[in-house]
Amino acid sequence: MLTSFSSSDIAASIAKSPTVDQIGILERVARIQTRSFKGASKIQGLKMALSMIDLTTLEGKDTPSKVRQLCYKAQHLHDQAPGLPMVAAVCVYPTMVKEAKKALGNSGIKVASVSTAFPSGQAPFEVKKIDTLYALENGADEIDMVISRGRFLAGDYQFIYDEIAAIKELCTSARLKVIFETGELDSLDQVRKISDLAIVAGADFIKTSTGKIQPAATFPVVLTMLGSIKDHFDRTGQMIGMKPAGGISSSKLALQHLLLVKEVLGEAWLTNEWYRFGASSLANDLLMQYQKQLTGKYQSAAYFSID
Amino acid sequence: MSQKNWNLEPSLESAALLKLQDQYELFIDGKWQAPLSKKYFDSINPSDESKLAKIAWANEADTDVAVKAARTAYENVWSKLSGAQRGKYLFRIARLMQEQAKELAILETLDGGKPIRESRDVDIPLACNHFFYYAGWADKLQEAFAGQQISSLGVAAQITPWNFPLLMLAWKVAPALACGNTVVLKPAETTSLTALKFAEICQQAGLPAGVVNIVTGYGDTGAALVAHTDIDKIAFTGSTAVGKQIQKACLGTSKKLTLELGGKSANIILEDAPIDQAVEGVINAIFFNQGHVCCAGSRLYVQESIAAQVLAKLKFRLQSIYVGNPLDKNTDIGAINSKKQLETIERYIKLGIAEGGQIYQPTCELPSKGYYCKPTLFTDVAQSATIAQEEIFGPVLTIQTFRTMEEVIQKANNSPYGLAAGVWTDKGSRIFGLSQQLRAGVVWANTYNKFDPASPFGGYKESGFGREGGRHGLSAYLKFSN
Repeated sequence: MLTSFSSSDIAASIAKSPTVDQIGILERVARIQTRSFKGASKIQGLKMALSMIDLTTLEGKDTPSKVRQLCYKAQHLHDQAPGLPMVAAVCVYPTMVKEAKKALGNSGIKVASVSTAFPSGQAPFEVKKIDTLYALENGADEIDMVISRGRFLAGDYQFIYDEIAAIKELCTSARLKVIFETGELDSLDQVRKISDLAIVAGADFIKTSTGKIQPAATFPVVLTMLGSIKDHFDRTGQMIGMKPAGGISSSKLALQHLLLVKEVLGEAWLTNEWYRFGASSLANDLLMQYQKQLTGKYQSAAYFSID
Repeated sequence: MSQKNWNLEPSLESAALLKLQDQYELFIDGKWQAPLSKKYFDSINPSDESKLAKIAWANEADTDVAVKAARTAYENVWSKLSGAQRGKYLFRIARLMQEQAKELAILETLDGGKPIRESRDVDIPLACNHFFYYAGWADKLQEAFAGQQISSLGVAAQITPWNFPLLMLAWKVAPALACGNTVVLKPAETTSLTALKFAEICQQAGLPAGVVNIVTGYGDTGAALVAHTDIDKIAFTGSTAVGKQIQKACLGTSKKLTLELGGKSANIILEDAPIDQAVEGVINAIFFNQGHVCCAGSRLYVQESIAAQVLAKLKFRLQSIYVGNPLDKNTDIGAINSKKQLETIERYIKLGIAEGGQIYQPTCELPSKGYYCKPTLFTDVAQSATIAQEEIFGPVLTIQTFRTMEEVIQKANNSPYGLAAGVWTDKGSRIFGLSQQLRAGVVWANTYNKFDPASPFGGYKESGFGREGGRHGLSAYLKFSN
């Protein structure tokens, strides 16, 4: 174990999690949603959002060919518009990591692999370990693990802590994102608790959802998680990354999320080292808005490649 | 990977929609009438010190004409209408206000300096809702006061403040008309324009002449109105000093009086509070409308065990508050209403430093023209310090710590005012316990500055008397015979 925590330490850590007031959270969110994005700052925001995307395909029907297409798109978002960044990472199942790694070459784009019996997490711990090791051995730069939501809801925080810490131990050089699947958790208090727990257990990033369950990355959930990251930073000086995934499909939402990060955490988090969007359809909306800002005209969706 | 900072660009609401006149007359007996005083004053845009319009300055003779018009309209028309007919006019006014909401919001922001986000999302919608709410009561007054003999009062003189010009007009005019009274309203001299726009709306609604009269001017106009012998009711919202003068002027008369005055409201954070939301709530409580709010949460009390954390979070949050052009949709804190008020606030800030308080202001840049003040925190403030006792009416928060519940209740109540209070805690029992012991007209729990037409509002002690809003608000405009 990298960090050793006794169960009483874990209980103490959870007990310290502040309560979250839902109404207050909604008010704060409403304020962010009245912000207006214009001109050069909008263009800067759109490009920033593009550079933070984990371009994702997580389907049973994924094939190497589909993954290769996605990897090309990751490097060439819209070649007609010069000066666009590449996305941050491509996110795939462990079986597709090797293909993605090959296709991305030395582009600088990371390969993220989901693991630990994504999306349900309902597998024996040994299986989760093998799942993760397989992804790492095939070259995954980042591991997106899921927590055992059932054990969390049952109050077995020690289990969750051990699970995260054990996977973290495997990720010697890879960065670990911990997915909570907040759509299956009961309240914002629970979201805050799991955020605090995952961070002390070694998460490099905390991530809202698998994308398989609705609701996913809602503003209240994201704001609650950002609060946990902020408090951890204020206590320890250590930065933790944030990845909302699922449900952020429009540019406007993405820009509002970025502004929330800026206001709650600060400018330092506004890079793809510390902030990611887990998304598949967001990229094209950002591209359409970007073109609109440059040319003053909306183009048809037909002009933007789907893969 | 480093990059340049990401800052929002201004996103200005266009004022081109407005059709401002160069000069405004008095609105008396349904017509625009030049003042007998022959005097006018300038209305200034506090965000850039430009002149918006020339406005008539009513003298005693003008107020007399207005009161006579209101009396005639009361005797001949308004008191003879049924409640349902009065309600019809009020509904019509409410709908017209809604239709012209954007115009009203821009006008309120230009004239008063408040952020467009607030005039658009708070002031104007709430003002409309007050008219809708009291329109609904107009034909149900007997049900509101079952078993009691009720009748209208007659002519009401109403004097409104500059912090929520149209909203305070709505708080006063809507219940007065619903109860069958006619009104003479004097808006604050720095913010007359939405009241004058409201006069146009009364015309568009076909409201009978003389039911609503608007006389603009300074304090002398208000004094003449208060002193008029044919007034049945005075409703005033404003400073405690002026409130006391009005109360003196009413001695020995049968004029019915409601006063909604100043405040120095306590906002209390207990150690079990949802801290991030409490911090956000404290920000909204004191910096809403630049702190020009009678119930602003201007005295913060934080339990000692969490004080350092709360203070650090407040300071951090202040860095992301946008201060600037009120017409910018991203602005959180706009312009101070007038040069005079800015000077008052600056005087208090200097005094706070002289009294030994530790000042904190964020590093934001203020516009070079116009009246602006940075959001300001004071720590190490004594309960006996002037800035902790007197109403500043600006974006200045004093912060004190406490150890026990008993201590904070004593300190919160240790004020000549008693308008509002806020309590932040996760425990329901503490909410109920504290709200019973805090001597304040409103106690908000885990929120602040929430208003609704159905909820009565008003103060204890030197914060005034009488209630506005809700069913309670009706009784201020009715005579009870038995």
